[in-house]
This record gives sequence, C-alpha cells and structure tokens, in this order.
Amino acid sequence: MAKLTFRTDNCKGCGLCVDVCPKKVLQLAPDKINKRGHHPVEAARPDDCIGCGSCAIMCPDFIIKVER
Amino acid sequence: MADKVLMKGNEAIAEAAIKAGCRHYFGYPITPQTEVAAYMAKRMPKIGGTFLQAESEIAAINMVYGVASAGLRVMTSSSSPGISLKGEGISYLAGADLPALVVNVQRGGPGLGGIQPSQSDYFQSTRGGGHGDYHMIVLAPSSVQEMAALTVKGFELADKYRMTAMVLADGTMGQMMEPVSLDFEVTPPPEKPWATTGTEMKRKHNIVNSLSLVPEELEKLNIARFERYELVKQNETMYEEYMMDDAEIAIAAFGIAARVSKNAVNEARKMGIKAGLIRPITLWPFPDAPFKKAATHVKEIISVELNMGQMIEDVRLASECKVKVSLCNRVGGMIPSPEQVLDAIVKASK
Amino acid sequence: MIVYDKPHALLDVPLHYCPGCLHGVVHKLVAEVIDELGIEGKTIGIAPVGCSVMAYDYFACDMIEAAHGRAPAVATGVKRADPSKVVFTYQGDGDLASIGMAETVHAAARNENITVIFINNAIYGMTGGQMAPTSLVGQVTQTSPYGRDPKLCGYPIRVCELLSELEGPEYLERVTVNSIPHIRAAKKAIKKAFMNQIEGKGFSLIEVVSSCPTNWGMTPQNALKWIEEKMLPYYPLGVYKDRSNGEVK
Repeated sequence: MAKLTFRTDNCKGCGLCVDVCPKKVLQLAPDKINKRGHHPVEAARPDDCIGCGSCAIMCPDFIIKVER
Repeated sequence: MADKVLMKGNEAIAEAAIKAGCRHYFGYPITPQTEVAAYMAKRMPKIGGTFLQAESEIAAINMVYGVASAGLRVMTSSSSPGISLKGEGISYLAGADLPALVVNVQRGGPGLGGIQPSQSDYFQSTRGGGHGDYHMIVLAPSSVQEMAALTVKGFELADKYRMTAMVLADGTMGQMMEPVSLDFEVTPPPEKPWATTGTEMKRKHNIVNSLSLVPEELEKLNIARFERYELVKQNETMYEEYMMDDAEIAIAAFGIAARVSKNAVNEARKMGIKAGLIRPITLWPFPDAPFKKAATHVKEIISVELNMGQMIEDVRLASECKVKVSLCNRVGGMIPSPEQVLDAIVKASK
Repeated sequence: MIVYDKPHALLDVPLHYCPGCLHGVVHKLVAEVIDELGIEGKTIGIAPVGCSVMAYDYFACDMIEAAHGRAPAVATGVKRADPSKVVFTYQGDGDLASIGMAETVHAAARNENITVIFINNAIYGMTGGQMAPTSLVGQVTQTSPYGRDPKLCGYPIRVCELLSELEGPEYLERVTVNSIPHIRAAKKAIKKAFMNQIEGKGFSLIEVVSSCPTNWGMTPQNALKWIEEKMLPYYPLGVYKDRSNGEVK
C-alpha cells in the first residue's frame, strides 16, 4: 500500500504531478485554496496509488512525500 | 636593525603580501604593475600558494571574492584601466562585507591614457569606485618601504573591518628601487565564523551575499556598514606632518608628490620661508585634523597632485574654507618638479 | 519505505519560482546528489544573478551569491582556497552564455575542478522575459517582439558544442527535465559531474534544457511539450565530452 503526504501550503498548483501520474490518482483540489492562493494537489483516488514516486520526482516544489 | 634588500616597489608589495600570509593572488597583465604578478608567479608555487593569471580583471576580482568568501587573505593588483574593470567586483566585496586587498599602481587616464605615473584615480578610490554606498580603506605609500608596510597593514585592516583595502600607488612608486626591510610583525587573521568553508554538518549554512530586496533591511545594512566606517575613521586615519609646527605655507601631497614636495619644503626653509608638509597616508579615511589645525596658522595650503585637482577638494573640506587652497599639478604622466613646487611656495609666501 | 521525500540538502522552505518552473526540479536533483554522495558538509554552492540568485536560501550547504556571470571565477577562488571542498555553480543562460561567457570558457579551458549546472531555458526569466543567447530563431521575447531575427542578433549559442572544442573540460552533457525518464537521466549526469570533481578529474558542465512557462507565455504542461518540440531539435541531448573515457561528440 502506498501513502502520499503533501506539504499543501507550498503547492503552486502547476499540475505537473497530476499529468505525470500513471494511475490518475491526483487532482488539483477544485474546492480548496491554500495560503498561497492556489488550488493545491490532493489524492482524489489514493487507493489507486502504486507508489511509483513519479509525482514527487516531477514536483518542482518538493511538496510530495511518497511511502510504500 | 633588520637586513634590508634592494627591491622595486611592485616587488616589495608582492613579498610583503606573502609575509602577511596571503597565499592567493589573481591578476591580469597591465603596465606599470605587472611585476607584482610576475613576482607572485615565481614565488607562490614555491610556498604552496596559488598564482593564477585570470582571463580578465573582472575574473581576477571575482576569484578574489571566492577566496575571501572562504576566509583567506587574498589580493589582486592592477593599474587604472584595470581597476575600472574591477569596480563591479569591489562593489560586490563591499556589499558582501568581504576582506580583500587591491593594489592600484596608477597610470594616466582617462581611457587607455598612458603608462606613466598619475594620481588621477584619487576620486575613484576614495569615493568607492564602483556602484553603491561604500568605501575602501585607501593607503598611499610614499616609499618602497611603505609599499611593503602598507600592504601588510592593508591585509590587517581589511580583516579587522571586513572591507577592501586598497594600496594606491603610482607608476613611479611601482618602478622605483629602494632598500626595504621586510621584517614585519604581522597580526594574523581573526576567526571568520561567517566564511563559506562548508558546514561540516555542525552549523547552519553560511551565506555570502550582497542581495537584499527588502528596502528596510538594505537600509539597515548600509547604516551598519557606515557605523563600521566611523570606527575606521576614528582608529585608522594616518598622516605625516613635516615642519608644520610653525609653518606659514602648507603643502598637501601624497605618494610621489609628497616626496617631491618635501624637497621643495627643505629648499623653501633654506630661503627663510616657513613651509611645511601634510602627507595623508590614508586617503580614505582622509586626515581632516591636521588640515583643520593648519587652517588656524597658515596663510595658504598648496595641494600638489598628479591630476587636475582631486585631493584638493578634501583639503578644502578639511580646512573648512578658512584658508586659501591652491593647486600645483602636472598631469598625463608628468610629475611636478621640486622647482615647480618651490615656485608655488614662494608665490604663496608673498 | 520512503520512495521520495525532500532531500536533506534542500531546506524546507517555499521556493520563489513561478508555478511549474523546472528550477525546483533541478534544485532537487542537485540536492539529492549531494545527499547520496554525503558531501553536504563540505559543499559550497554559488548562484549568480538570475532567477536562481536566491538559491542561497534553499540549499542547506554553504552558499555564495555572485555577480552576474562571474560564478565560475568565484568558484575558482573558492576551490583554490581549499581543493578538498566540493564547489558547484548554478547558472542560467543569460548569465553563463552571455555576460559570463569569458568566465565560462576560461574555467572550462583551465579544466577548473568544479561542477557547473547550467539552466538553459532560452530566456531571461528574472527581468521579465528578454531574449537570451540561447533564445531560438523566431522566438518572441520582450526584446525580440517580432521573433529572434538572426540577421539582427545572430544565432542561439549551443554551449556544450562550443566548449567541446576546448582541450580542457572533463565532462559536458546536455540533459532535460521535462519527463520522468529525462529527469532520471539528468540526475545521473549531475551525479557524474559531482563525482568527477571528487575524483579530481576537473571541469564538468551539465546543461539542463529547462522551461519558463511564465515568460514563454504557456502552461507548465505546454512548456514541457515546447521543450520536446522546439528546444531539443536545436539542443540535442547527449554527452559532448567525456575526456577520461576518450569521448568527444
């Protein structure tokens, strides 16, 4: 089972992680806005996560921690 | 008495720097200071030091910036046009509060100018030279012995106040040969806990930086720097007075101009004219006190310079316009003769 | 098991870069390499003027901010002050290939034992999107509003190819970070560039073809595509010099 943790406050909502996820686990939270004024990333389908780490590797702001 | 050796001024600077513990020299060839680089090129490899001929004056001063960041004594040398190129780096050194020694063996300008001696970088050096509010400690030697001694002093002051010290010589001082003693007591560098030497995972990371985007913070940094400059003014201002006690005519001169002027003062005294000499050794901080004092008892101060009249402005400021201040000068690589200075003294005495 | 977390050599602070800017990705790669090699305590980084000038607030190792273009000269000083330290510069295209071209070429020619991370995103980002020495022909920027015209301002400079003509440098490689496989390859290259320095081999430069979504005027996603479609044909990836292995492209 994979676990995702986010440094949500630092997310700039660029969405690069969303696009790179092979399992479409992530989305930019449509109804949330973080301190920086962005829609931050969230795990919409956490159960589908395979813990490949692609999202964290792609994220320019190192906001994603991936555990498996 | 310590043994003396016969040396060129430029070589004396180089050897004195080594005595002061400088093991890193970066430079670029330019007349009339190239002997400094040539001497370093020979000596540094033999004492485990680094001599590197940089691709430009700009690169050289930035290599200095790197070594200074690492906390070691470091220097570069050049002549007027090259110093202009170093201006950017000198400003960054000031902004990052890094200690370094820069030698300027001046030649005539502006532009490419000539290769003969000049003092026309007085404004550039005493006002900072590059962009922004800052000063360098500017040391003006008047003998080969002083070329060496003020080089050592320059390293010590640079470290003490975390700023650039400049030895401001000229082509004559650089090329002149005189006996010199290199037996110096050197104050070793202080601890530099701010230096970027690697955290060793034992402390928070150090940052060498001159960028400050918050105006309130940049203002504070500038004010703090100038508070430090006040200490330099109080503690480090240096000058020589010669026959000033009863002087009626005072000469203001530094470097080679002071040597010429001393002869003229002696000749004037033989003629019964009470002449004297004030020789600033630090051009920044400028020695106001002897001029303020002189203004109370001399009828004229003659500023003898190898430029169109630059130090004369500081002489006027220091004497608070209470006495006539005149200029006696040659430019373009020419040096005033003792006769020219004597004529000016005689004229002033009438 | 942790698959990915912030590297130790990066501080836990928000970066000032625009959303989707790949500077952060390259920062991470450098920091990961520093972590993996266990060199944080003896590494000194130098970031000159450009978008990454404030990198000193992000890396956990000692950092120096340098004048525009002068990082290789500053690095030369730092490295020569203590050759046992690991010294890297992190420079943009305007910095490295325009105002600092002399410092770049001569540090390479001297085979100065430093590591240079060169971000090529074909634009001046910090000042708001002016033409860079690497801007593509026809590229619209604030100072080439009708597209870069080679008759007026010449052709974009391929830095790796240019430096590969020099006898001096040890290692030159061009990578990009617009996809996971490319990021993995880029990390390998950056690691080699640091290893070369530790082994005393000399000057290693990794050119990272990167993006500037804000000043390119496109989404971060489209910027990744633009790298693939426009940048890489002019700036081919690969090793341009690997002197110890006798390789010159």
